[in-house]
Amino acid sequence: MAEPQPVLEMTGIVKEFPGVRALSGVDFRLFPGEIHALMGENGAGKSTLIKVLTGVYSLDDGTITLDGQPVQIDSPLQAQQAGISTVYQEVNLCPNLSVAENIFIGREPTRFGRIQWNRMRKEAAELVDRLGLDIDVTAPLSSYPLAVQQLVAIVRSVGTGDSDGAGAGTKVLVLDEPTSSLDRDEVLELFRLMRQLRDEGVAILFVSHFLDQIYEICDRMTVLRNGTLVGEHMVSELDQVGLIQLMIGKALDQLEELHDHQLRSDVGETLVKADGLGRTGGIAPFDLEIKKGEVVGLAGLLGSGRTELARLLFGADQPDSGKVSIGGKQVSMSAPNDAIGAGVAFCSENRKSEGLVPDLTVRENIILALQAARGWTRPIPASQRDELVAKYIKALDIRPANPEARVGQLSGGNQQKVLLARWLITQPKLLILDEPTRGIDVGAKTEIQKLVVSLSEDGMSVLYIAAELEEVLRLSHTIGVLRDRKLVAQIANGPEITPSRILETIASGEHQ
Amino acid sequence: MTTTPRWRALTHHNLFWPVVVLVVLLLVNVPFTPDFFSIRMTNGHLHGSLVSIVLFGSPLILVAVGMTLVIATGGIDLSVGAVVAITGALTCSYISDQSDQSALSGVFFAIGIGLLAAVVCGLWNGFLVARMGIQPIIATLIIMVAGRGVAQLVTDGQIITINSEPYKLIGGGYWLTLPFSIFVVAAVVAVTVVLTRKTALGLLVESVGGNAEASRLVGIRSRRIKIMVYVFCALCAGIAGLMISSNTSAADGNNAGLWIELDAILAVVIGGTSLLGGRFSIGGTVIGALVIQTLTTTIYTIGVPTQTNLVFKAAVVIVVCLLQSPKFRAKAFGGRFGNKPGAKGGTGQPAVAPAQTAKTTEAAPKMEVS
Repeated sequence: MAEPQPVLEMTGIVKEFPGVRALSGVDFRLFPGEIHALMGENGAGKSTLIKVLTGVYSLDDGTITLDGQPVQIDSPLQAQQAGISTVYQEVNLCPNLSVAENIFIGREPTRFGRIQWNRMRKEAAELVDRLGLDIDVTAPLSSYPLAVQQLVAIVRSVGTGDSDGAGAGTKVLVLDEPTSSLDRDEVLELFRLMRQLRDEGVAILFVSHFLDQIYEICDRMTVLRNGTLVGEHMVSELDQVGLIQLMIGKALDQLEELHDHQLRSDVGETLVKADGLGRTGGIAPFDLEIKKGEVVGLAGLLGSGRTELARLLFGADQPDSGKVSIGGKQVSMSAPNDAIGAGVAFCSENRKSEGLVPDLTVRENIILALQAARGWTRPIPASQRDELVAKYIKALDIRPANPEARVGQLSGGNQQKVLLARWLITQPKLLILDEPTRGIDVGAKTEIQKLVVSLSEDGMSVLYIAAELEEVLRLSHTIGVLRDRKLVAQIANGPEITPSRILETIASGEHQ
Repeated sequence: MTTTPRWRALTHHNLFWPVVVLVVLLLVNVPFTPDFFSIRMTNGHLHGSLVSIVLFGSPLILVAVGMTLVIATGGIDLSVGAVVAITGALTCSYISDQSDQSALSGVFFAIGIGLLAAVVCGLWNGFLVARMGIQPIIATLIIMVAGRGVAQLVTDGQIITINSEPYKLIGGGYWLTLPFSIFVVAAVVAVTVVLTRKTALGLLVESVGGNAEASRLVGIRSRRIKIMVYVFCALCAGIAGLMISSNTSAADGNNAGLWIELDAILAVVIGGTSLLGGRFSIGGTVIGALVIQTLTTTIYTIGVPTQTNLVFKAAVVIVVCLLQSPKFRAKAFGGRFGNKPGAKGGTGQPAVAPAQTAKTTEAAPKMEVS
């Protein structure tokens, strides 16, 4: 039996950014009437591929054919005209306009230059009705919750193409993380709409961090890793463990060999206790205890809620349920100040946007947290400041060892060390490290891991987040496993705990 | 012109270009006014073009210094001109109501009222920006527009004239042979430098402006910092308002400090502080304000017709701004003045092609003056 003709075929796609090859020769195809998942960890090239497809980026090499015809897509507008519509995670609509206006914005039916309001409303109502949605098209978009706004965005994109309505124009619909802020019922409604569009012959490209959703709705999947194609599979033929292995690029038995059994014990009494701490859209309520001198590692796929959990413990986001006590005292966590006052320090995974002040010098960046705690009226005396800065530059081997250097010019590893120095100088009780080793060279990676071990031996508690499971296993006393924005298990580390055990827990959502 | 390390350090100093422009502008005056640089002593007062420039530039320097801190936090304050008008109006109308306009106590009280009003304006701006999260340009637009109305309300739409010797001292008097304004400016600049560089205020301001989210996560109380800089900026504008009304012994709610906010923002930018926030330079701002005042003086001395003097001013400002842009310098002069200090491997920059170096020598005859 001959395979049906793919509606979209991308061949040998290459996209380079200065210093990075984001996509190297990726092939991708999409058939009409299927829901296709694009899988891969962050940085695997998913969003780059989507942006090439939708004309946001121009491609450096490769071809795109649509319905067998080679096409060149240079702008998002061209992509839309060719029949490729995209709905992003954030809704790009005008909340103050009505639903009908939003659906037709930019292509309102006109006669003699005047907008035909009645016709527009009627067609919008028909379109919404045909797709089985119960939405009053004359109401302002802002009167609906985010989930409905997302549905409207989808209605808008399938309506694109011809002003005569129905989805004749859209052949390919790209949904980039549409479900990340929806609750279960809303997701079901979205899925129903997706299935209807699929049955009408639209090819849907679906990106989501939620594995369960992929397995629920998708027919086929393409897995990317480090900018290369790993494989294309039918969803029914690949189980979750297999998929995760493909995504992170290591077979389970290979992982086991890397496991380091060097484990330490002797942790003290409870330092941090979180009770039902949670935030809607961030992470489901969780209980967590961190003891003095304990390293708690968080494992889970990117987007599983690791960062969100850490941010709640630092007050960087405000929890909407639960409470935290540190050293036996309850802390309100309404702002980072509260956490800092209780002895918590947080190195964000986004060094550039949430960590460093690039225009300031290494010295200024290092003393920033301590100075903020002292207030502006009590500057750190120059001699004491220079001594402290010199001490930490030396201890962490920050290069160049010049406190006057602008921190924006340092390499990634050295920037990370500056951030670490900034918090170590405040002598925190709990140090939260979110991906401290991401994007830095191997030498600096090892140094930072050694530092974590010695800090914990000196009695500092550490919450350690890393994408590399081995790293988490090597350093942690306890491993918290996250999946789909839930803390699903807390496992005491031991010789019998292997990366594959952790992977199984991530895949199944429960610890055997 | 050899590229010695010392020369390089000089050209890469962040005040280099503002100073060059200031010196060039001053020199332009010499052919038109041969005794431009001479300073004479008459009646125990020093007189001369240079003294005049500092004297007439005093209000602008004050406003610009306050503006520098606001801009360093990533904000902007459009209301300073209106604050100038309000302060002058309140102070003068209080003095004019006194039976003895020269009584010191009355004058001090009047000044207190005026400055208090300025602080209230600053608190309002800071409240809107820091607490309500309104964009600074909108938040300060409110007082920019409404403030002149308040000032006119205070003066009943009239120009209030006063006759108060002690008040006249601030903007029109002399002390130790120099205009008293210069001492006021020197004091405010000194206080600002001490406040920002001897405490941690400067660092925290630069941090908030340089990366607001990182500053929040590091525990800086950025709201408090922002309110402080808006209050400080308004206070500076208030002092400038005292100076302007004192100089003319009159409060003009309509025209006092009109458009001074734009000159002040320009002065800050010429002084090398980025409108995006972050690093700021008080010294640069003072030089920037002097550049603008010298420019105004120059326009008069070289006889540019009054109808077109704004065009002339605009042309000079464009040149100054282009000189400030590293990208433009790299294009126009090649590597010598183009790259920022340490942008690529610090001092040595062997990558500059000989051809570019040759171009540099042609394109930069201006450099000989320094």
